[in-house]
Order: sequence, then structure tokens, then C-alpha cells
Amino acid sequence: MSTTTNSSTTERARPAGAVPDLRYGDAEEQLRAVVRDLLADRSPWPAVLARVDAGEADDVPLWHALAADLGCAGLLIDERHGGAGASYREAAVVAEETGRAAACVPYLTSAVMATTALLGTGEDELLGALAAGRLTAALAVCFATMPGAEPSSRPVRIGPPQDGDAPGAARLTGTVTGVAGALAADVLLVPGDGVPFGLYAVDATAAGVTRAPLVSLDATRPLADVTLDQVPGRPVATGEDAASAVAAALTAGAGVLASELFGVAEQCLGTTVTYVKERRQFARPVGSFQALKHRLADVWIAVTQARAAARYAAACLTAGDPDTPVAVALAKAACGEAAVLAAQECVQLHGGIGFTWEHPAHLLLKRAKSGSLALGTPDRHRAALAALVDLPPPAAE
Amino acid sequence: MLTGTDQAAGLRQQVRDFLAGHDPAAVPRLDFLRARFDAGLAWVHYPAGLGGQGLPRSLQAAVDAEFAAAGAPDNNPARIGIGLGMAAPTILAYGTDEQQQRWLRPLWTGEEVWCQLFSEPGAGSDLAGLATRAVRVKGDGEAGGGWRVTGQKVWTSIAHAARWGLLLARTDPDVPKHAGLTYFGLDMTGPGVEVRPLRQLTGEAEFNEVFLTDAAVADADRIGGVGEGWRVAQATLMNERIAIGGGALPREGGMVGLAANAWREHPEARTPGLHDRLIRLWAEAEVARLAGARLRQQLAAGTPGPEGSAAKIVFARLNQELSAFDLEFSGAGALVYDDWALRRPETLSFFGRGPGYRYLRSRGNSIEGGTSEILRNIIAERVLGLPAEPRTDTRVPWKDLPR
Repeated sequence: MSTTTNSSTTERARPAGAVPDLRYGDAEEQLRAVVRDLLADRSPWPAVLARVDAGEADDVPLWHALAADLGCAGLLIDERHGGAGASYREAAVVAEETGRAAACVPYLTSAVMATTALLGTGEDELLGALAAGRLTAALAVCFATMPGAEPSSRPVRIGPPQDGDAPGAARLTGTVTGVAGALAADVLLVPGDGVPFGLYAVDATAAGVTRAPLVSLDATRPLADVTLDQVPGRPVATGEDAASAVAAALTAGAGVLASELFGVAEQCLGTTVTYVKERRQFARPVGSFQALKHRLADVWIAVTQARAAARYAAACLTAGDPDTPVAVALAKAACGEAAVLAAQECVQLHGGIGFTWEHPAHLLLKRAKSGSLALGTPDRHRAALAALVDLPPPAAE
Repeated sequence: MLTGTDQAAGLRQQVRDFLAGHDPAAVPRLDFLRARFDAGLAWVHYPAGLGGQGLPRSLQAAVDAEFAAAGAPDNNPARIGIGLGMAAPTILAYGTDEQQQRWLRPLWTGEEVWCQLFSEPGAGSDLAGLATRAVRVKGDGEAGGGWRVTGQKVWTSIAHAARWGLLLARTDPDVPKHAGLTYFGLDMTGPGVEVRPLRQLTGEAEFNEVFLTDAAVADADRIGGVGEGWRVAQATLMNERIAIGGGALPREGGMVGLAANAWREHPEARTPGLHDRLIRLWAEAEVARLAGARLRQQLAAGTPGPEGSAAKIVFARLNQELSAFDLEFSGAGALVYDDWALRRPETLSFFGRGPGYRYLRSRGNSIEGGTSEILRNIIAERVLGLPAEPRTDTRVPWKDLPR
């Protein structure tokens, strides 16, 4: 039985420019190989588990190797500021690998989110220090924040400077809950509420800064509540510039986190496929049972779809494409759900061993679930999509 | 070495030169298409002398666009989809030089429509278990001898208009099932070939049953070696799944556009539950479109990935869920069907009929061209490398299998 395909264009279809190249370029594959080698060597999963057990979830030597030695901290930064002058496409490939390894490094929060916030602000010195791996930064917003969602109240207030403060400085007071990457950061980029709204650079070790570690669902990505009490802040951007810097950081963070989640999903699939080929019950490999094969086929399908979505988001971020909000919403929803599906199936299809602490499946499950919730849940991203593509919800009764 | 851009520009010039000597307004359609084939502008990725120039497949779009811009007639590809998508690649891969010369030109011009005689009432997913017998006969005047074929085929699209059928038949029942098959081109106009419409649950009959009673096949029409039919059939099936997985569409092209437009035009019918479903489906359809675009980029670069195996499963599920959405969103009108009359469409379109038709027709999408269950087996075994289920049917002679 066979059929021909149907095709139609609808009147309301959006102008369809050519889809950008969604494949991996040679340079991206080379970068991936180097990062994967480093992570395999320095951060195999037993080492990640030991680190989690010891409560030392920031792998400082690994981060230095990734950020400074391999130059991954400077991928988004211009060469004239000491960066690699690469793009979100390369940054996303590195995120795939950090996700795959559940690596305990503040790559997403410093090299993607905080760096994006600083691009175009004239903070050349800070960008140079980030690119060189001398400093690590974090954007002081709750990791659950949905890009584009206007907060009902900003937790940090701007107060007047004190005697001896630098010109333009302000004193910041307030508490930001659930900040990812704050414990590893030397510099906090703090959105401060006032007139005008501003984004401030704060020395994370200054007097009046308290970083209270939380017990995070994903222990490979530590969270902290950040409290500021009359802490001096240097303005990085103000008004519209500050708002767009924060928005760009959140959007890029969600888009690159999608690639990280894709990496988690692919790792879960690979781990599970390997296991069901080896594990024997009823005198045959359990991977020969159709009930398991079909479930893994469905995971593989979800992974292939997620890869295309993640690549499209990375390509749109790179090009500054007007379709970027759509691309990021699609990718974050698709990759979050693919990662959670793959990780849950990884636990289930491993059977009893997958439910133990000693097996790495739980590291991936927690990375997947936490990542899918961070920077906007799949449901919130779909709600954003509905508004972007003119599919409004029913009118309220 | 010429770049792709240079090659495309060269091909466009070739088309313009061709058009200068063959005015599409003046030359009869068939003569025009035959001349286009002979000029190597039919399918540029085919070899020279067989309608092509041995160029990358991705360059065909430039040629087609140039012809379309000149208002030239095309070969009505929707009508000859099986010939173009399945017969031609199979003939190219396994046919003899003589068969390629004889079959490919009338196939491409649409003079000879091809259909596919694979499935049988007793051989669906288990295609290799098929029972249609081809028996060698000698001394009846056909060059190289011939074959007589008896059996029943089913789910044959466009058999009623076809000149040739891609026939998979059992030539040796004494060997295991996969080893006893041979592949032929069957003349559908010969004696012993009876085509009857097969009415499907939509009311129409896109498909046929084909009854073969001592139908004659010349040995010169055998494609591939005796006993090699299974291997040849794999080439056909892989091309079928690529064809069914879908071509390039713009955003909201295809069924998702119908659902999205209905939602925009009927605010009074919106409910929270349907909104949630629509956004999920919209997102999944758009991601599937991007995955398809990525797959085509890989194909164009000569590095095809296995992702095509996913495309058909995703396409089938989305069509089913979108058409179900469409029906539920239609209100009272969903209880009415447009027409149960037995029609004989020569091409399939989901559009131009009501949502009830689309809902019913899409049920077939996860059955035709390999069920979604068989495709999952294929992904699990060929892509993921999982071990096959233990089987009892592959080593014993076909004639000894329980039936």
C-alpha cells in the first residue's frame, strides 16, 4: 500500500525563508571532540557522583580547563576582547557536551547568560576577563525565570551611593532566590529596580553579599539565594538597554539550555541502548524484546526531532533572526520534553539498577528534569509560542 | 571543480537553450517531455543517456524552476509518484541496461504508469512470506523463456491506470522465505491480470486488488537475479518511506495550517483543552518540518542520516492527531460526512474534502508503506542496533511454514 504526499500552503502561513543550515559544521565537530575528550578524561560520571556526594558541585579545575584552556568561556566574545569570536552555534555544541556529561561547571550561566548580558554594553574589560577565564559571572535572576515574562516585582532595590562610592554607583539591597551559578561567580550581574531600571555588576565577595546554598534538585547545578545588603554596584546598563540585556541573556540561556538538554537526551538514549544489549533475562538480551525496542525507538524519534529544534534555535540566535523567540520557545519545549522522556526511560529500562544512587541514571534524570523546568517550563514556552504565532487562547468567560 | 552555484547556473542556461529550440507553447506536450528527457534535463542526478547528467540531486530544483517559469508542461508527478519515487530508483539500481533504456523514459514522461504489487492478503508486515507464485516456462516463443504468475496482490494504488507493476513473487518455495523471491516488471495490460477496486473506510477506492491467473512475464522483465527479490524490494521500500515522509513545506504548510486557520477564524469554538492540544501539535509539526529540512540538507550534501526513518512515523501521528483536532473543533458539523460515494481518485489529497474525510484517511498513514510498529522495529534494529527477536520462520523452507 502506498500513497503520495500532500502539500498545500495556507494563506496565513508565515513567510518561509530558507531554513538555515541545521547540520553541524566541521569546526563545530572539532570543538565537540575536544570538549568531549576533556569531559571524558576529567569528569567521568563516577567523578561527578563523588563530587555530588561530597557537596562540592563546582568543579573549579574542570571549569578552568574548559573556560580558559579550551577557550569555551570566550566563544561568544569578540576576538578583540580576547574571545574566540565564534557564535551560539558553537556555544550550543559545548552545551550539548556539558549536558551529556552532567558536568559541574558554570558554563551556561557564565559563558552564555552573563556573557550575553554584557555583549554590547561596553564592558570590554569584564568581557576580556571572562574570555580569558580569569573571572566567572552569573546573572542574578531566579533560574526558573521564563524569558520575556515581565516580573511582577524585581527583588533588588537600587539605593543611593555612599561616600567614597565610584561615580554612577548605587547601593543594592534585596534577595534573589534560586540563582544558578552564583556560588561559582566572582561577579554578579544584578538587575536592580529603581528609576531607571539598571543592570549592575557586583563583586560577589563584597561585604553585604550573602550566597546561601540551596539543596538543588539537580545537584550538578548548584543554586543559591543571593542576598544583598547595601552592596555597591557598578552600572553596566540602564533603562531600555538594561532590560534588553537581561532579556537577551534569558533568551540565549533558554536557547542554549535546549541544546544542553538535547545532549542529556542523547546520552540517556545511548546509555540505555548499550545496557539493554548487555542485560540478559529469560536467556536473551532484554533489548530483543519488542516492548523495549519500541520505547527506545520512540526515544530516538524524540531525540531526532529535538536536535533539529535545538539547531534551529542556535542558528537563529547566531543570526539575530527575527524568528528567534519562536525558535527558542520551540527548542526549549521540545528538548526539555525529549530529555525528560529519555531520562525517565533510561531509569525505567535499566530496571532496579537504574533506581540506585550508585548508577548515573539519576544524575541525568535530575539534570533533565531540572533543566526542563529552568528558564521556562515546556508549557510556558508553548504559551509564549501561542502568542507569537497568533493562536490565542479562548477568551476568558 | 565547479561549485554547486556554478553548476546550477550552467543548468539554467541549458534549460534556456533547450526552450529556445522547443517552444512549450508550440511543441506537443509528450514530444516536449521526451525531448527534455533526451536532453538530460529530466532528473539531473540520473546518468547521462537516462534523462540525467550524473549531477547532485539538489540541482534538480533549479531546472524544475526554470521550466516552470517558462510555462513548460510537467510530467504530472503526483500521478506517477510510484514510478518516479519507487520504480525508477529500483530499475536504476538493479535493472539491466536494456531495461533502463526501455522503461525509464516512458516512466518519466508519464506515458507508462507504474504500480507496486507487493502486499498480499496473507502478507502485510510479513512481506517476505508472500505466496504469489512465479513458475518458469520454456519454449513458448519468448526470448530467454518466461514465467507464469498466479496469486493475489492488494493495496495497489493506481493499478487501474498502470501499464507496469513492480511485482515481488515466489519463485522457489523449497528455500527459506527471503531466499525464494524474485522481482519482476509485470505488464498490467496482459491476459491473466484482473484489477478490482478495493473500497476503503473513507468510502472511496484509491487502491485495488490485483488477481493474477497465469499472467505471463518475459524473463527479460525480471529485475535482479532469480532469488534476489528481497534485496531488490528493500531498495523500493526504502524509497517509498522517503517519499511518504514528506517534502519541503513552508511553516503551517500541510494539515497544521488547516487547524491553525480554523482556530483563528472561529474564536467562538475555542476551549482551553483544545488550545493546549493545538499548541502542542503546532510545535510538533514545526519541529518535524525543521527535522525534515535538516534531513534534506544532509541528503543534498551526500551525507544522509538515519533520521528519515523517524519522519514517516511522526508524519502519520501528526496527521492523525491534527485531523482529530480538526474534527473536534468543527462543532456540530463534525457529525456530517461529505460523501460516501465510491470514487476512484488517481492522486491522494487531504485537501478539498471535509475534516471527517481527513480523520478517516489519516488512519491509513500509520499502516501504509510499513506500519508504525514495523518501522519502530526497523529503527530499533538497524539504527540502534538492538538484537532481533528470536524467530522461527527464517531458516525453514517457505513451504513448511505453518499457515
